[in-house]
Amino acid sequence: MQLGPLDYGLWLTSFLLEAYVVVCSLFRKDFLRYIHLNVYMLAVGGVTWGQYHFIHTYGLNSQNYFYYYYYSDSLLCILMYLVIIHFYQEVFAEMNVSHYIRGAAALLLAATAFFSFIVVRQNKEHMTTRFVVELEQNINFVVVVLTYLLWGAILKLRETRTRLIQLVLALGVAFSATAGSYALRNLFPDASYLLRWVPPVMGVWLPLAWAYTLTKVPEDARLATARLAVGTR
Amino acid sequence: MMAALICVISVVAFLQFFISYCRSILATSRKVQLSDRVREVAGIANKNVAAEDFQRLLQLVRLCPERGDDQTEIRAVGTYYGFLHIIGRACRSMIPSLAAWSERERQSCSYFAAVALDRRISYSRDLLTQQAGDRF
Repeated sequence: MQLGPLDYGLWLTSFLLEAYVVVCSLFRKDFLRYIHLNVYMLAVGGVTWGQYHFIHTYGLNSQNYFYYYYYSDSLLCILMYLVIIHFYQEVFAEMNVSHYIRGAAALLLAATAFFSFIVVRQNKEHMTTRFVVELEQNINFVVVVLTYLLWGAILKLRETRTRLIQLVLALGVAFSATAGSYALRNLFPDASYLLRWVPPVMGVWLPLAWAYTLTKVPEDARLATARLAVGTR
Repeated sequence: MMAALICVISVVAFLQFFISYCRSILATSRKVQLSDRVREVAGIANKNVAAEDFQRLLQLVRLCPERGDDQTEIRAVGTYYGFLHIIGRACRSMIPSLAAWSERERQSCSYFAAVALDRRISYSRDLLTQQAGDRF
């Protein structure tokens, strides 16, 4: 399999947007306020750059690229957990339950790591592409569930901060699309060619949506959350 | 089995997140009152803007000089409108309530386009005033 101009275009766009989010935060003196989000964007940018380096040095079908992709994505997922936990802390800030959230997050991370360890141990004899797709699907799905619960909490607590709402919704869109595409690839391996575009497109979507929110939505903007739920007028 | 379950849940979650995200963008225009000028230009007589007016309003928006800060929003709402249009047509006979919901949402998209047009007309007038000022 060879990479085409569209692959490189999506790669470059996502890398530039990730850099833009960080630079934009620095210029607006928001870097520390959104430190988790910025660290995640820096890490994704670094991983994107690394993927480019590995493909050009070892090739797309090499074992080196395969393991780089596999391990770097696991690392990104752990960072994404931290971003979501930070959002949880923002939403529940007034309830003073941040130590419970941190405890629950640590427990969830340990449980996910243990589950992944068991799955990897059972499959160490045949760590094929299909296995990686399955593991990716499960890890992304945990992120979707966490984001969905967070969205439920936002609706229930009538959170009104537009920035926070849009950041969480953009995250939900990106990870639900990615998890769905991995699940479809597992169900229909023949449709992999079409579905392989979903993760890179979502790799562009997430920094684009976050850049839009951080640039265009003022910090003090407020929104009636009840109007956002599907089914309301 | 697990993959099928994850697939269904992910698709449902994706639709909810996507619709809510688009609504959060539309919500910013809801509070804005349309000026008489834009009502006259776009031929809007009622308080509500018709769902079918979206494309026409978008064409008028494109005729105005770009402000440079609303392109992303307009594209996102355009995608949402297209998605709603497909849902509305597909569900018209089978699920009328869903078709009616899609119609209401498309009206919100049209209202958003009218607000964007209003802003661009104001921007064009400011530009003209500035140019006239520079000439003298």
